[in-house]
Amino acid sequence: MSGADLRSARGASSTAAGAARIASVASDVARGRARRGRRRRAVIGLLAAAVLVVFVLTLMVGRTFYGPGEVLGVVLGQDVPGASFTVGRLRLPRAVLAIAAGLCFGLGGVTFQTMLRNPLASPDIIGISSGASAAAAFAIVTLSLDDAQVSAFAIAAGLAVAVLVYLLSKKGGVAGTRLVLVGIGVAAMLDSLTAYVLSGAAQWDLQEALRWLTGSLNGTSWPQVVPVLVALVVLTPVLLSRSRDLSVTQLGDDTASALGVRVDRTRLVVILAAVGLISFATAACGPIAFVAFLSGPIAARIIGPHGSLLVPSALVGALLVLVADVVGQFALGTRFPVGVVTGVLGAPYLIYLIVRTNRAGGSL
Amino acid sequence: MTVTTTSGAASDVAAVRRPRRLRAAWLLALLGVLVVVMVLSLTIGSRSVSIDDVLAALGGATDGFDRASVAKRIPRTLLAVAAGAALAVAGAVMQGVTRNPLADPGILGVTTGASLAVVTGLAFFGLSAATSIVWVAIVGAAATALFVYTVGSLGRGGATPLKLALAGAATSAALASFITAVALPRGDISANIRSWQIGGVGGGTFSSLGQVLPFLAVGLVVCLLSAKALNSLALGDELAAGLGERVAVVRGLSALGAVVLCGAATAVTGPIGFVGLVVPHACRLLTGVDHRWLLPFSAVGGAVLLTAADVVGRVVARPAEIDVGIVTALIGAPFFIWIVRRAKLRAL
Repeated sequence: MSGADLRSARGASSTAAGAARIASVASDVARGRARRGRRRRAVIGLLAAAVLVVFVLTLMVGRTFYGPGEVLGVVLGQDVPGASFTVGRLRLPRAVLAIAAGLCFGLGGVTFQTMLRNPLASPDIIGISSGASAAAAFAIVTLSLDDAQVSAFAIAAGLAVAVLVYLLSKKGGVAGTRLVLVGIGVAAMLDSLTAYVLSGAAQWDLQEALRWLTGSLNGTSWPQVVPVLVALVVLTPVLLSRSRDLSVTQLGDDTASALGVRVDRTRLVVILAAVGLISFATAACGPIAFVAFLSGPIAARIIGPHGSLLVPSALVGALLVLVADVVGQFALGTRFPVGVVTGVLGAPYLIYLIVRTNRAGGSL
Repeated sequence: MTVTTTSGAASDVAAVRRPRRLRAAWLLALLGVLVVVMVLSLTIGSRSVSIDDVLAALGGATDGFDRASVAKRIPRTLLAVAAGAALAVAGAVMQGVTRNPLADPGILGVTTGASLAVVTGLAFFGLSAATSIVWVAIVGAAATALFVYTVGSLGRGGATPLKLALAGAATSAALASFITAVALPRGDISANIRSWQIGGVGGGTFSSLGQVLPFLAVGLVVCLLSAKALNSLALGDELAAGLGERVAVVRGLSALGAVVLCGAATAVTGPIGFVGLVVPHACRLLTGVDHRWLLPFSAVGGAVLLTAADVVGRVVARPAEIDVGIVTALIGAPFFIWIVRRAKLRAL
């Protein structure tokens, strides 16, 4: 065998080895992707199942117990003595609003956190929920408007606050930390406006006050629930259809536009949709404390950094509100509004998050 | 407190820039404003009263509706003056100790902590004596201050304004939820739950005032004595140590003074935010950064602000009243935003 043949043979074998290596890496990647996809689907399925189970349980269990058959009958619209009122009028709207509001808060919250690349930039920390809540309280207590008008008021205020916070923190580019701090200030002001509106009411009604300051599902009726459901049906597809663009904008504006994402338009649509979800939910049950803030990080913890967080964090939000409402109603002797429970659970998590990121030395 | 001549020299330079006489004149003018505001606070309310009746009521007369209502406004006004001074001085000292422009007893959650301690004491430990309420409030304030400072100073860069403000906001949100959770099951407390969430001076009486005044006096003296050392701290820990200050001692003592001030004030008024933020910043415009002048200025300025805010709260929603805590938040939050906007990006 001549030297040239040897060389070419060696070259061929090394190319073959390289190709094999590339193929094996590619198959590893594909396998990993498939594994993560499976895991992701499994987690989402589990979360949805958990929401469903807790939902059915809250319909069955209460001061009086109703079997699954009776509950199913009521849900299907049959007339079941006793259960029709307790389950149909009291428990069902409450549980449905819990899920719907949880989905709204989870979706809206994680959208803001993703878009601004900062877990602290969730709508309940930067004042958007407080704005919607102050407007809703004003519309109900001072102007005595009906539910649809209250929702309109809340969404207008939510958008106005979003614009205000953005403009106030825009100074040679919006810095994440400045936005969060400005938002905290705006939230403080709006919360005291809410307190002012409520103190102008004929008498200080504690339950009503707690609804607008921390969020509550007490006394939920169908007319409150409908606008939230409509908002979910209309706005969720908008957000989900933009979820890929949203992930790409995380790479930075320039990279995103190079990859064909129209950054400004994506951002505008996404903000409108997220603020809409948050405001509609807030107009119905108040700014349930920390659900918007918590859902995203919890979902990320469960599912890992793969793919969009929108759906998982919406489910986490629904689960949080449902479970917190059950705990607030039955676990503690006194009936606590759901916002007090999520506040007591959520604020320590916020502190933990701050401690953890401070330790790691990274920016939040 | 260590008194050093070197730090005195540093602040003498500042004194040359701002003549002492001018500052004294400003302080007198501010005191004049305080007197005017106090008179307004006595005359204006849901019922306006003539000056004659005010004077008669100050002389001790309680006959007639006008004079009786003025007699009720006297302790309220005095409480506003005392609490305003206490909160503003506490804020100025906290800003000095943490070297953080956003420090304020309300923003750092210290007043909420005091409030939660009082509510817990009332609900679970059958507290009733006013003095023990003050003690409990001070302990709650101290624990919260320590906690927030620890959380806020973890990690790289120490206690940056952002980390402190966030830790404070988070802690205060958590504590507010706990206040509701503790108070709600107890009908007797939840009737007054509002006064433990939003501060007001409407409940001031001479007896409650008498119980906190000793605490306020002690706190004020401790803070004023540490003014000179705070000037050295402003140069940074290493330089302050070089100037002969025992940094940890100074920091601990002056923080303790501030905590006593806002804890005692909160025990009577409930949590009032932003006074300790707004007043020291406004006073710095008049006096500069010398704490020996800043602290007295803040005391008078805080008294003016809280008394005026209370008058505004009585006027705008007649015949109802707005708690002064709402008014101060409405004034103070835009101010907070202004400071955040003004601060350089790197400083945040």
